Amino acid sequence: MLAQILFFIFAAMCVGGAINLLVQKHPINSALSLIVVMGSLALIYLLLGAEFLAAVQVIVYAGAVMVLFVFVIMLLNAGEEERLSHGSRVAILLGVPALIIGLGIAAWFITHITGLDRVAIGGPEIMNGTDVFGNPQAVGKLLFSTYLLPFEVTSVLLLIAIMGAVVLARREGD
Amino acid sequence: MVPLSYYLVLSAVLFACGVAGFLIKRNIITIFLSIELMLNGVNLTFVAFAAQLKSLDGHIFVFFVMVVAAAEAAVGLAIIIAVFRTRETLNVDRVNLLKL
Repeated sequence: MLAQILFFIFAAMCVGGAINLLVQKHPINSALSLIVVMGSLALIYLLLGAEFLAAVQVIVYAGAVMVLFVFVIMLLNAGEEERLSHGSRVAILLGVPALIIGLGIAAWFITHITGLDRVAIGGPEIMNGTDVFGNPQAVGKLLFSTYLLPFEVTSVLLLIAIMGAVVLARREGD
Repeated sequence: MVPLSYYLVLSAVLFACGVAGFLIKRNIITIFLSIELMLNGVNLTFVAFAAQLKSLDGHIFVFFVMVVAAAEAAVGLAIIIAVFRTRETLNVDRVNLLKL
């Protein structure tokens, strides 16, 4: 019961932040509402027993990546967005009902067809700490044994990303 | 106990919000934020299925998605800075030429 209440609180915060991201005009407001979404997602990860991912979500996503975004928004002095082109009226008239119908069909499929609504996860065992399987020790063991090669490849990817960012952001003629 | 379908519906809603932001926003930074929102929605699906299957492979996948998202954010924001230097704008409607 407590897990359900916590889930609904954080799910409401997630959806509210995501909708606020769409509604806000200024990019800094959108960035801050995305931080709310990421923080609530970290708590939902904790409900699912993913301790390591919850920590990484807060440190890497809500911390490092969003600081980078806020830094760039303030560096470029981004203001309110101006709209030069307006979407076609036909696209709005057809798109909004199509989106609602599509989401409804998807929700019906998810909840009815596969019988997933009978599979309950994230219960009191996880909250008591007896069923936490996503702790850093277990994830690290798997990461450095089965997934050692992909892990090493990500280090190359990060190196390339660092060099690419430096080359792209450099001024011409330096 | 929360049903698995609730997590899937939540991640679908987050992904749909990301797609909507990607399509309707005109500021290039906000479009980038919408992409991050879509990645977060997909990550929630991975973690929910990992919890259901009692398998840690989903967590490893989410870890790699986070690494790729961090690299993508660094390179993408560098591109945004480079575009802003030449165009003096962040509006994607004004960035409509391939030449500098």
